[in-house]
Order: sequence, then structure tokens, then C-alpha cells
Amino acid sequence: MLKDEYEELRKTVEAFARDVVAPVIGDYYEREEFPYDIVRQMGAMGLFGLPFPEEYAGMGGDYFALCVTLEELARVDSSVAITLEAAVSLGAMPIFRFGTEEQRETWLPRLAAGEMLGAFGLTEPGGGTDVPGGMRTTAVLDGDEWVINGTKAFITNAGTDITGVVGVAALTGEREISTILVPSGTPGFTVSKKYSKVGWNASDTRELSFTECRVPAANLLGERGRGYAQFLQTLDEGRIAIAALSVGLAQGCVDECLKYVRDRKAFGHPIGHYQAIQFKIADMEVRAHTARLAYHHAAEKMLAGEPFKKEAAIAKLVSSNAAMDNARDATQIFGGYGFMNEFPVGRFYRDAKILEIGEGTSEVQRMLIARQLGLGDL
Amino acid sequence: MNIVVCVKQVPDTATERKLRSDDNTLDRDAADGVVNELDEYAVEEALKLKEAHGGEVTVLTMGPGKATETIRKALAMGADKAVHLSDDALHGSDALSTSYAMAQALNKVGFDLVVLGSESTDARTGVLAAMLAERLGVAQLTLANKVDVDGTSITIQRITDYGYDRVEATLPAVVSVVEKINEPRYPSFKGIMAAKKKPVETLAIGDASIDPSQVGLAAAWSEVVDFAAAPPRAAGTIVKDEGDGGAKAAEFLASKKFI
Ligand SMILES: Cc1cc2nc3c(=O)[nH]c(=O)nc-3n(C[C@H](O)[C@H](O)[C@H](O)COP(=O)(O)OP(=O)(O)OC[C@H]3O[C@@H](n4cnc5c(N)ncnc54)[C@H](O)[C@@H]3O)c2cc1C
Ligand SMILES: Cc1cc2nc3c(=O)[nH]c(=O)nc-3n(C[C@H](O)[C@H](O)[C@H](O)COP(=O)(O)OP(=O)(O)OC[C@H]3O[C@@H](n4cnc5c(N)ncnc54)[C@H](O)[C@@H]3O)c2cc1C
Repeated sequence: MLKDEYEELRKTVEAFARDVVAPVIGDYYEREEFPYDIVRQMGAMGLFGLPFPEEYAGMGGDYFALCVTLEELARVDSSVAITLEAAVSLGAMPIFRFGTEEQRETWLPRLAAGEMLGAFGLTEPGGGTDVPGGMRTTAVLDGDEWVINGTKAFITNAGTDITGVVGVAALTGEREISTILVPSGTPGFTVSKKYSKVGWNASDTRELSFTECRVPAANLLGERGRGYAQFLQTLDEGRIAIAALSVGLAQGCVDECLKYVRDRKAFGHPIGHYQAIQFKIADMEVRAHTARLAYHHAAEKMLAGEPFKKEAAIAKLVSSNAAMDNARDATQIFGGYGFMNEFPVGRFYRDAKILEIGEGTSEVQRMLIARQLGLGDL
Repeated sequence: MNIVVCVKQVPDTATERKLRSDDNTLDRDAADGVVNELDEYAVEEALKLKEAHGGEVTVLTMGPGKATETIRKALAMGADKAVHLSDDALHGSDALSTSYAMAQALNKVGFDLVVLGSESTDARTGVLAAMLAERLGVAQLTLANKVDVDGTSITIQRITDYGYDRVEATLPAVVSVVEKINEPRYPSFKGIMAAKKKPVETLAIGDASIDPSQVGLAAAWSEVVDFAAAPPRAAGTIVKDEGDGGAKAAEFLASKKFI
């Protein structure tokens, strides 16, 4: 049972997703268009400010409030949910956590209001898992400016009309990583055209390139050389958020199937009459339910200030599995209609796979869990 | 400006609604209670008027203890405080006695403007705004799709079959709104948290000088004597076009007195 205020938030977002997102998102997805109007309304509701204090135009809530919101949005659509997740947890949160007072005041009020989106660029064409091994982007201090050169791959929210700032992880020395804030429109910073993706088609994903891109020295986020530690922390939290989003997709599959199996008939009965179908749906519910418990547990530990690395990795692993398995089963239950884009389950199927890849692949989660079990030094 | 907005808790229209078999009144425990849809528009309009002119927005709800959920939602949207008129003696009140009880409560609370939805989704009598205005002895401006306040004068616009009505009055007044008037906001998390700390005053009938003999099931002028479930919808008639489809369709419509 959620505490009162989270339950009220959940109901509010549920109504918003049902009334505002569901009727139109299929068309945005089909057109591969970013849903500015939906994002504007999410901003007005304060969703982008959920975990930030009121002094930065936030809602004074916490990370769990964000997770509950992501779950409800993803029950209806993942593109909208990942836009919020990346903006808050990858874009704004590092500025709140590691930024100077001036950086916070510059960026947070607009980010928290959803008027501006933030992004975080870590992954590069040469490697996302192997950091810093695969990292080629460099930032060199020249007088009172950083000069950035390099390329970032697959960056969420980086190229919308309202993107304002990208945190760029760059080598600032021998195996030394730092994060530098690069405002959109800075000369030398170019955003490529959109990728053609398997899923998340109403979310914005871009390749970024930096050629002699200069920003003030004061745009360094936190301490020089702390970039690695910063994004490890960012990603640990982000995993709980991605887990919540995955649970939403897994539950959305159950929701859709429960409606469909009552109406669709075969051999004289609704297909929900057959045990083969009932058992599939029971398994789907079990996966969504247990995955939810896993992310609730990880969030609880995190908010209590306890170590949560293992719990976050477990939550992300089981939830992304649940999302994939449920999307597969839901599509199966819908038969041929499941393969049609006009039904949400087809969209769920396409959106599920990335959950096993983004913010740490499933292999990475297993590595983290094994390491937490003390197997790292063998 | 002191604005009171009347918010009714109704059973969720998305769930199955039932009447009680013992006294033929609504079974309020059988379904989730939600804010009557049009009352969200009323709250939004009250909040907009407050944002433009200053003042305070008070929510008034008459209903059982469970109605606090509904009050919380209106407070989360941004209303400042609430008055919950709740007493077992009010159970089964008809529209006439509801208007009496609410008018008594409004007189106690005080108001410059009362805003209502134009109709509830459960009883749907649509008479409360008129009855309240009459009982309070103030102007009624019903079915508004636009409200303007200027000093002590209030103007509403109403959509009619032939165009627009413009109705003007002097405050205090009662206004009922239709859904074209605005787009109700979703409560923010900050609003949800703040709502927990906002004052909710509960009034029993004695607190609002309501005469017990004028309210409740026994005092009702109208009585629900019987009820039956609506019959399931029969399958539609399919007209097959074999060259005479138009004529057959016309015949069908004529048989139902549509043409
Ligand atoms: C739609 C989308 C949005 C994204 N958004 C962002 C974003 O906003 N910001 C950002 O920085 N990145 C983003 N990413 C990138 C994403 O985080 C990476 O794709 C992911 O971390 C994997 O990195 P990679 O693609 O380089 O795969 P690689 O690191 O090349 O991995 C390839 C495979 O090898 C496996 N592997 C690697 N190392 C090992 C090992 N030691 N042992 C066993 N297996 C191993 C991996 O698990 C994987 O299966 C996004 C990606 C997508 C597709
Ligand atoms: C199924 C059903 C049938 C009924 N039939 C009749 C009937 O035939 N005759 C009769 O006299 N009574 C009837 N009643 C009783 C009636 O519901 C109550 O008297 C009710 O409080 C006022 O009627 P309404 O909801 O139709 O008001 P409406 O005039 O439709 O409602 C307009 C607005 O008044 C406000 N409002 C109404 N009730 C409240 C409240 N309790 N608290 C706060 N604001 C409120 C809201 O802003 C609402 O949008 C019926 C009730 C039910 C549940």
C-alpha cells in the first residue's frame, strides 16, 4: 500500500495518462514526433520538479514520487515516461546534486518547471559499458574556457526545441573524467538528426558532436576528476527509475490483456476462458507485482540513506525482464492484432527491448550484483 | 472576493453504480467516490477568479464521512479551506432539502460568490443552483461558459441554441458552470502535500442551524418507490443494402419516430 500522498499522486498521473496521453500518443509514435503539448502539460503538473525542493521551483517531493509517476506514465506509454526520466534523473538531478549554487539557480527552475529539458551524455559510439576505456571525448582547459572535442551517441532529450543543457562526460586528463555543462546552441556543439529506432519513437534520441566547442571554465559540474563517481551515483538512482518505468510497461501489458481476453472470442468462448490464456496473464501479473516490490525496496533503502547498489541492480534486472516477458506474452495473446501498431501492445513490444540495454545492460546489472556479493576480486 | 465552491462526491461513472435495497437511496459504499466531473470545472473557475481578483476559495461539500477524499482533491487543486456538512440526519435528502441545508451552511460560512457545477452525474436534477440562489435571496447566473467579475458586478456568458446569452448581476450571486468554461488543472504533488495541512471544518446540522425536520429521507418531497436495472442493450438492427438500403433505413427511422 502506498502512503496517502503517493497514492493521490499515482491516481492523478493515472488520470492524466488515461485522459491526455493515451488518446493521442499512438499518432505521435507513428509520426515519430516529440509530444511537446503533452510535455508542456506534464510541466504544468509539476512532474519535472517532483524530487526538487521548492526553492528551485520543485515540488518538494522525493525520488520515490518520481518513480511512482514513471510507472503510471509507462503503463500507457514509455516514450513520455523516458522523456521525464531522462530530463529529471539524468539532466536535472546531477545539477542539483553536484552543481554550484549559481549553476542550480541558472538551470533548475526552468528544468523543474519542464519549460526546459536537460540531457546527459556519457555513451559514445565506441562504447557505453566500458568507461573510461571506450571514452574519446576530451575537454581541455584553455585560459578560462573548456575546449571540448568528441562525439556522444544515443543521447535522450538532446535535440528537442526545448533542450537547454547537456551534461557532457569528458576526459580532462589521463583516465580523469569530469562533467561539463554545455548549453544548447553553443558554437561547435552540433546535434545530428534523429536516429531511426526500434521503439521509444516519440522520444528524442540524438548523436552529438563537439568540435572545438568552448564553454566557460565555470561550467565544470562539481569537482574536476569526479565525473566517474558522479555518474555512478546518477546511474544507481537512475536504475530504480528505469525499473519503475519497466514495471509500468509490464503492468500496462496486463491491463490491455484483461480487456482484450473478455471481448475476443474463439471456439465459442472469450479467449480468457481458456486456462492457457489465464495462466499467461497470471504469470504476467506475478512478474509486474514482484518487480514492483523490488523497485519499492530499492527506493526505500535509497531514501533511508542506506547502501542500495545491489537492490537497484536487482530491481532493474527483474523489471526489465518482466517488461520483455510481458510484452512478448501480451503480443501473443492479442494474436495478429498484437503485431499491429494501432494496438498499444505492439508499441509495448517495441518499447520493451531497450529496457534491457539503457542505463546499464542486463549484463552490467549481473556484474554489479556479483561484485556486491564479493565476487569482484576473484 | 470570498468564493465558495460546492463540490459533490459522486460514484465513479466508470464503475457499476447501485441503489441500496433497504431504502432505495444511492449505495455510496459500492463504488469509488470521485469529484463530480463538472465540479472540477467549478473549482478551476473559482481558482482562476481568485488568481485574478484575490480573495479566498472555500470548498463546501454535503455528504458522508467518505466525502473527505473529494474535499482533499479540491484542496490539492488549490482551494484554501473546506467546510464539510456531514450528519446522519441528512441521509436521503432530496434536492429541495439539500438546497435548504446547503443554504444554511452558506449563510454561516459567508460568501460573495457561490460556484457550482451545473449538474451532478448521479442524481442529475440540475436544479441546485436555482434553488440555492432562491433560498439565499441572491442572483442566479446558470450554465456559464465564461465568467467575468468587475468590482461588485458579475457577467456570465451562456451558450444557447441560437447564440449567446449575456447575463449580468451584482454580487453576491450564485453561478453554475458548464464544461466549456475551462480546462481543470491536475493537482501537483506540492498541492497534494499542502492539502493535508489545510483546514477542514466539519459541521453537523446543529452547527449550521439546520432544522432536522426539514431534511433527510422522511422530509423528502419526492420518493424513489422502485427501481430496476436497465435492460441490457439489444443487438442493433442491420440494414443490408440490396439497392433499397436508403428506403429501408428511412423506414426504420420512421418506425422509431425519428423522421
Ligand atoms: C534509445 C536510447 C537512449 C539512450 N539514452 C542515453 C542517454 O541519455 N545518455 C547516455 O549516456 N546514454 C544513453 N544511451 C546509451 C545506453 O546507455 C548504452 O547503449 C548502453 O549503456 C550500452 O552501451 P553500448 O551501446 O555501447 O553497448 P556496449 O557497451 O558496446 O555493449 C555491447 C554488449 O556487450 C556487453 N558487455 C559489455 N561489456 C561486457 C563485459 N565486461 N562482460 C559481459 N558483457 C559485456 C553488453 O552488456 C552488451 O550486451 C541510450 C541508448 C538508447 C538505445
Ligand atoms: C440516483 C439518485 C436520484 C435522485 N433523484 C432525486 C429526485 O428525483 N428528486 C430529488 O429531489 N432528489 C433526488 N435525489 C437526491 C439528490 O441527489 C440530492 O438532493 C443532491 O444532493 C442534489 O441533487 P443533484 O445532485 O441532482 O444536484 P444538481 O443540481 O444536479 O447539482 C448541481 C451542483 O450542485 C452542487 N451539489 C449538489 N449536491 C451537492 C452536495 N451534496 N454537496 C455539495 N455540492 C453539491 C454541485 O456543485 C453540483 O455540480 C437523487 C439522488 C440520487 C443519488
